[in-house]
Amino acid sequence: MDVILFLIFATIAVVAAVNVVVQSHPISSAISLIGVMGSLAVLYLLLGAEFIAAAQVIVYAGAVMVLFLFVIMLLNAGTETRQSKSETAHLLGVPALLVFALLLAYFIRSQPDSGVHFGGFTGGSAQAVGRALFTTYLLPFEVTSVLILIAIVGAIVLARKEI
Amino acid sequence: MSQVPLSWFLVLSALLFALGVAGFLFRRNIITVFMSIELMLNAVNLSFIAFAYQHKDVSGHLFVFFVMVVAAAEAAVGLAIILTVFKNRATLNIDDISSMKD
Repeated sequence: MDVILFLIFATIAVVAAVNVVVQSHPISSAISLIGVMGSLAVLYLLLGAEFIAAAQVIVYAGAVMVLFLFVIMLLNAGTETRQSKSETAHLLGVPALLVFALLLAYFIRSQPDSGVHFGGFTGGSAQAVGRALFTTYLLPFEVTSVLILIAIVGAIVLARKEI
Repeated sequence: MSQVPLSWFLVLSALLFALGVAGFLFRRNIITVFMSIELMLNAVNLSFIAFAYQHKDVSGHLFVFFVMVVAAAEAAVGLAIILTVFKNRATLNIDDISSMKD
């Protein structure tokens, strides 16, 4: 059951990710990226990360991608025009792909695998994450809030009319 | 076999990261390049969660949480920069926005 679920959602994620790269219209890419993020949220659930799965759907698939879609529509971004292909990409593409495939094969074969099954790790609940967040990682959490504040101010200053 | 090998998650993560790198290098629309960066961040998040499962440690989840926060901030500022660039240049093609290069 876990294997079937993993295969289904891994396939969706890879196909959608290929679609992000291949589609020539930004709107299609953005919708495909939402598909990647949704299927990754299911895989997070399989790995016992309940809180992160919920945050993935709310923050990434919800807020960030809506921001992307909003900007694409605001700028009225059209279809990308194909440029002349670069020579370096032609020469390096196939060797780079081979090296990547070899590395992947080596990685799969060399790892002593421990299996993942649903319910094998239950420490990813909102309670556990919150406890770690407000004890061990309290200082990074507070610094993050300053970062968010800076980002808000920066975005407003950049998007003003006068610049 | 009812258990998924952990390496499958890592291979999926590597595949998604490679696709993100490909999109980052080959696409010419600045918004799509930005989305490729988000794809790479998501791939790394999957690795973090997989390792958190293997070590039975919640710290990996915290890293993913911080990556999400930074990605949200980055998206807000980056899209504001894209808006400003579009206002000044009226183009989204990264080949036309190269005045820092020459």
